[in-house]
Amino acid sequence: MSAYQEFEHDVLVIGAGGAGLRAAIEAAAAGVNVGLVCKSLLGKAHTVMAEGGMAASMGNVDERDGWKTHFADTMRGGQYLNSWRMAELHAKESPERARELEKWGALFDRTPDGKILQRNFGGHKYPRLAHVGDRTGLEMIRTLQDHGIHQGIDVHMEVTVTRLLKDGERCVGAFGYDREQGRFRIFKAKAVVLATGGLGRAYLVTSNSWEGTGDGHSLAYHAGAEMRDMEFIQFHPTGMIWPPSVRGILVTEGVRGEGGILRNSKGERFMFEDIPPLYIDQTADNPEEGWRYVTGDRDARRPPELLTRDHVARKIVKEVQEGRGSPHGGAFLDISWIKEHIKDSEGHIKKKLPSMYHQFKELAGIDITKEPMEVGPTTHYAMGGVAVDADTQMTTTVPGLFAAGEVGGGLHGANRLGGNSLSDLVVFGQRAGEYAAKFAKDNPNYTVSEAEIEEAATEALAPLERGVTSVNPFQLQFELQTMMQNKVGIAREEEGLSEALGSIGEIAGQLADVGAGGNRWYNPGWHTALDLKHLLTVSEAIALSARERKESRGAHSRLDHLDKDKAWSTFNHVVRKGPDGEMIIERRDIPPIRQELQDILEEEG
Amino acid sequence: MKSATFKVWRGDQEGGDFETYDVDLEPGYVVLDAIHKIQAEQATDLACRWNCKAGKCGSCSAEVNGSPRLMCMTRVEDVAGDGPITVEPMRAFPVLKDLVTDVSWNYEVKASIQPVTPREPDFEDGSWEMQQYDVERPQEFRKCIECFLCQNVCHVLRDHQMHAEFAGPRHFVFAAQAEMNPIDVGDRVAQLRDDLGIGYCNITKCCTNVCPEGITITDNAIIPLKERVVDRSYDPIAKIARSVFGGADDD
Repeated sequence: MSAYQEFEHDVLVIGAGGAGLRAAIEAAAAGVNVGLVCKSLLGKAHTVMAEGGMAASMGNVDERDGWKTHFADTMRGGQYLNSWRMAELHAKESPERARELEKWGALFDRTPDGKILQRNFGGHKYPRLAHVGDRTGLEMIRTLQDHGIHQGIDVHMEVTVTRLLKDGERCVGAFGYDREQGRFRIFKAKAVVLATGGLGRAYLVTSNSWEGTGDGHSLAYHAGAEMRDMEFIQFHPTGMIWPPSVRGILVTEGVRGEGGILRNSKGERFMFEDIPPLYIDQTADNPEEGWRYVTGDRDARRPPELLTRDHVARKIVKEVQEGRGSPHGGAFLDISWIKEHIKDSEGHIKKKLPSMYHQFKELAGIDITKEPMEVGPTTHYAMGGVAVDADTQMTTTVPGLFAAGEVGGGLHGANRLGGNSLSDLVVFGQRAGEYAAKFAKDNPNYTVSEAEIEEAATEALAPLERGVTSVNPFQLQFELQTMMQNKVGIAREEEGLSEALGSIGEIAGQLADVGAGGNRWYNPGWHTALDLKHLLTVSEAIALSARERKESRGAHSRLDHLDKDKAWSTFNHVVRKGPDGEMIIERRDIPPIRQELQDILEEEG
Repeated sequence: MKSATFKVWRGDQEGGDFETYDVDLEPGYVVLDAIHKIQAEQATDLACRWNCKAGKCGSCSAEVNGSPRLMCMTRVEDVAGDGPITVEPMRAFPVLKDLVTDVSWNYEVKASIQPVTPREPDFEDGSWEMQQYDVERPQEFRKCIECFLCQNVCHVLRDHQMHAEFAGPRHFVFAAQAEMNPIDVGDRVAQLRDDLGIGYCNITKCCTNVCPEGITITDNAIIPLKERVVDRSYDPIAKIARSVFGGADDD
């Protein structure tokens, strides 16, 4: 029998990035008692890494923009597998969510007439991203954090949840431990919001921090929720690739938004070839038009570097495969060339992209105002996630369990547009908070099972009780990441995906032997051992969904099925846990779109 | 450079000592890479905080060869000398374990400071007109990543342990961003003087020197705030003016 610390909240929010903080703020505003669990210290979550901006069609820079265009851009970017209702709500509500951040202390960059400035980004028809240089995520998380700490929210820092607690079908809390001393914590709650972010740590090369182990996806799945669209993993086209220690660190799309161009080892600007049919009419014919676009010419069309991330990533891989890659296996991203057009280009670049300048100077010894960067794809974002109701964000199968932000699925379909993540966080964080508070008020009575708590405690202690074994948690994680990188990465095929599923089974088999030395105090080996279960769960969901989708669409590329196939455009893949603990995959038809929205898609081309 | 020797402080509140680890290096290694390698191969329970590994989250603060640094932004080749490289926790905060310190005090201090308090919006949609040159000053302070290295080197905290009376540079930067926010109508002057102890700062600029974000903490944040305190509380002409024309003495 272990000792526990017990906490009771009306609404428990798990995860304290943009979505979790926004949900907690909304729930607190509804007058309920809110607990907020952070895996790290408050304010350090992965939102802090977001650079380019937050998409919101305020029309401050180009008044032709509006929610309808944003909606159509999001659906096109997602290859129409998106939840159209989420895309609609997101496009309509993001301007208000952006403005309210200023009420809470955010300071976005300004237009000459004193409004929030908006920048160009891939797949967005008009300049749409509210931003602060290239540190927009920091601005957002700090704003929500500094506002949130005055709303009476109980913050549990450095606490990791290992299991959700159930009362019948309903979710009624969570079990976890604090990093500091390894003490177990039980959170009893009338409603639970998952806002745990992504799962990039399933791969070797990723922009994600240690936290991104798919906890929320996996917690929800094991509690009976469904995951959708798991085959769609965004490989951001521009991660750092050299030196090895920085491999995967993000290079913001803002570099291209400010005029940065991609070249191969022959110095060719290769992006002008192979423009996808969906985008031909929106893409510049020549470099001169592209430059006019990024400098604000309203009649110009976007340069091909600002096509969607899936396309740009594939193009870079193609250059490398055909022998035209950069020395370390990527492409050259050059912003210094703008000196041909701008007098003080050095000052301009440092002002617009300060942290990129700093990052390359410190970590790679490269001065981006004078020389090109070497970049290549890095695992960045999970389009797929827990299946939720579009309006309330409650999971489709577990009452009382909500999901918002990256852990939630639906908004982005087969590919996410840059800038649509920060807006996703606050739009659906707000909705999840509102409806979780309402659910808590409407459903006050529940019971927590002591047996379930005992089981969770036994499971959590197991790796530590085994002590040092022949299976090191870090090595096992490395093995999984290497395998996922090689077999479930940016280019996939049937055989590799089947092998991947086999490997996942083998690694899962070793989980029973993984051991960690040391004691319960702040023990990374132990914590890594516990995260492995989540990593294995999401890895299986990704590989299984990817094997099932026998076409190439959005971020999912199959070498054995190179083309997009219309027959695969009418449904989403959903995975759930079967009665014997096995993972089941199903097709779920996309509900017919409302006529009004269909008309918008046709009008917006 | 193919390998390096690290002396890493291992211990807890009860005490501890340096342990020596030899690490094989790859090109471009930063100190945090070496710590991770030790963790994966030699000591799985070695505790350290980190998140972004790109100088954006401020989690991996430590003292490398005695200097306060973000481990993720410190190249091994830049700190390697003849002897081993020492890595130890920040000294201004209580140690929890190994390289991890208890920084919760910082969160308590911040919560005590009046947040941005906006005036009525300028437009019906709830927004305000602000010019770029008006937001640039507070934007500098909003670059802060809360690594607490400035707190760690401030002698008022580090040497004199005046955590109860003195908020430290991080929180003066925080107060400054609120005070200089163009839509803010809050007033933190009395609080800065009485509760946050800004008078204890004798502007040695140690904080500015260690800031990984390059924020000019002393000149741009602390000195202007000190001037506001002086103007309000210690300006003899203003005091006479208040006695003639009315207005609170703020005491």
